[in-house]
Amino acid sequence: MKGSQVTVKGVEKYFGGFHALKNVSLGINKGEFYSLLGPSGCGKTTLLRIIAGFEDPSAGAVFLDDRDVIPIAANKRPVNTVFQTYALFPHLSVFENVAFPLRLKKLPNAAVKEKVGEFLELVKLPKEGGKLPSQLSGGQKQRVAIARALINEPSVLLLDEPLSALDAKLRQHMLIELDAIHDKIGITFIYVTHDQQEALSVSDRVAVMNEGEVVQVGTPSEIYESPSCPFVAHFIGETNYLGGEVAEVLDGKHARVDFPGIGALYVYQDKPLSVGDGVKVTVRPEKIRISSDKPEGQAGRMNVLEGTVDELIYSGFQSKFFVRVSASATFRIFRQHVKYFMDEKAINWKDKVYIWWNDNDGYVVEAEKNP
Amino acid sequence: MNRIGKHATPNRPTGKFSFGMFTFVICFLYTPLVILVAYSFNQSKMMSWGGFSLRWYSELFFNSESLWHSFGNSAIIAVTSATISTAIGTLGAIGFYWYRFKFKKLIRIAAFVPILIPEIIIGVSLLIFFAGIKLNLSLFTIFLAHTTFNIPFVLMVVTARLEEFDFTIIEAAYDLGAKELQTLAKVILPAAFPGIMSGFLIAVTLSLEDFVVTFFVSGRGSATLPLHIYSMIRFGVSPVINALSVIVIAGTVVLAVLSRNVVKYMFQK
Repeated sequence: MKGSQVTVKGVEKYFGGFHALKNVSLGINKGEFYSLLGPSGCGKTTLLRIIAGFEDPSAGAVFLDDRDVIPIAANKRPVNTVFQTYALFPHLSVFENVAFPLRLKKLPNAAVKEKVGEFLELVKLPKEGGKLPSQLSGGQKQRVAIARALINEPSVLLLDEPLSALDAKLRQHMLIELDAIHDKIGITFIYVTHDQQEALSVSDRVAVMNEGEVVQVGTPSEIYESPSCPFVAHFIGETNYLGGEVAEVLDGKHARVDFPGIGALYVYQDKPLSVGDGVKVTVRPEKIRISSDKPEGQAGRMNVLEGTVDELIYSGFQSKFFVRVSASATFRIFRQHVKYFMDEKAINWKDKVYIWWNDNDGYVVEAEKNP
Repeated sequence: MNRIGKHATPNRPTGKFSFGMFTFVICFLYTPLVILVAYSFNQSKMMSWGGFSLRWYSELFFNSESLWHSFGNSAIIAVTSATISTAIGTLGAIGFYWYRFKFKKLIRIAAFVPILIPEIIIGVSLLIFFAGIKLNLSLFTIFLAHTTFNIPFVLMVVTARLEEFDFTIIEAAYDLGAKELQTLAKVILPAAFPGIMSGFLIAVTLSLEDFVVTFFVSGRGSATLPLHIYSMIRFGVSPVINALSVIVIAGTVVLAVLSRNVVKYMFQK
């Protein structure tokens, strides 16, 4: 992990008998928007707190710009944190909250005023300096917390689920603004979240964590399209997850797999497979097309199945279909409503439908060698 | 806004029962005080009404030196013992809440136990202790005694306030570069100020009104106000005490209103 700004090396953490982090190693590049994503209790916050200096690892090391920071106390590390609960000082005005680190350094008043003004401008709160935190809305509090964490000009900003206390609309809005701030100041952001939408939409790279382990590191599209394990496939988005047996290895990137209760389907694979191997395959619901007419004239290797609509959930921008293709197999399918009046024939409950998708859209998540 | 069912809001009009109960409790609490106030303006020394007069107030202000002397003692002890016990109790509460150390549970229980021990036992044991270390009974021993019994109360009040305190602000202060003492002075103490203030006021109150413990540890010339009033009553109830009580009640009301407004002003919600 040479060249990384933040290097986490073999970090272990025990809380009593609980093994919170299991041999975690990461390399985070300078200027990256890097997310730690996982369900609650997966160790992501613990890892962040170790980087911040609030917890010591039971084993392992954390390097910042090639310097071991574990012996350095939290108040001397060149990293700052935005806390989930904002953690604004209730007795200080917005201005004094942001000025707090500068006051500690005993900066002259004029310099404090100029710098605080600059950072309140950055978070779009130039006029709120005189208010107390209790007079601000949740989104405004979060902005103050961000300005306060940035004013020390840390080399890394740590964000611990900073948006989880906001409502969905505001969360989207703040996320875009956070991204804009990141672009503007260009320092490394390490962002902890349990919300895969947040992580996918703003991150350069995402580390997915589960039960104290990092299970996959990759760009948002890598994580979404090529999950490394069943956990990632299920945790990120919705999916159809199928188990089958390799019937034929095709051109090295594709294979034909027999699925019990469904039949043979073409899948994409980037692992060495041989005939007879057991495989698990993920097919994302939005990649499957659905129609009441049999698809014709499709080029390439296409998977086409017949089924009936078991369930149909309309949600404005799209509909979600559950299509039963056999007694043991149901597929979920998203259809985007691109036009107000749909060109295609409306599909109703209990309708007989055809579903189809390209050979590239089924991805082999894991394979088990045939003994 | 829907005001039915789960959206029910407080501030309902009262019913017959709640209003009756309220009236009863208020009467029960305040009738004796009203009678006391009335009698402080009674011309007669007896229980019968002899006309309105400020006689007892003038007696209190111009002819009761020893009473004022003991009032001064009480005030000095209340302020000093409340200050010291608030300082110790506050640091203790923060320590119990924020730090991890050996025998924490045991020490915590030991710190709270004095609240449960009967005052007379605290009084006797302090007397024996002071006698043992050959400390003459004086204002200073009263100060020590009051500080001792005040600490657990301050500890309890401040701890209760700290429970509802977001402790991430301490981490935030560290994170932003503050050292331990800076965090205490610039973040914890100011943010916990309302709790600390109520701890202080409780300590002042407890100290002002304490009789039992003070009785054991006071020496010649160091009588506090409660001790002085007790000794006066032994020679018959003087209406001067009524006048004094009215002034104390008035002072308490003023203090209560003031402290409420001060805290409100500092923490506008």
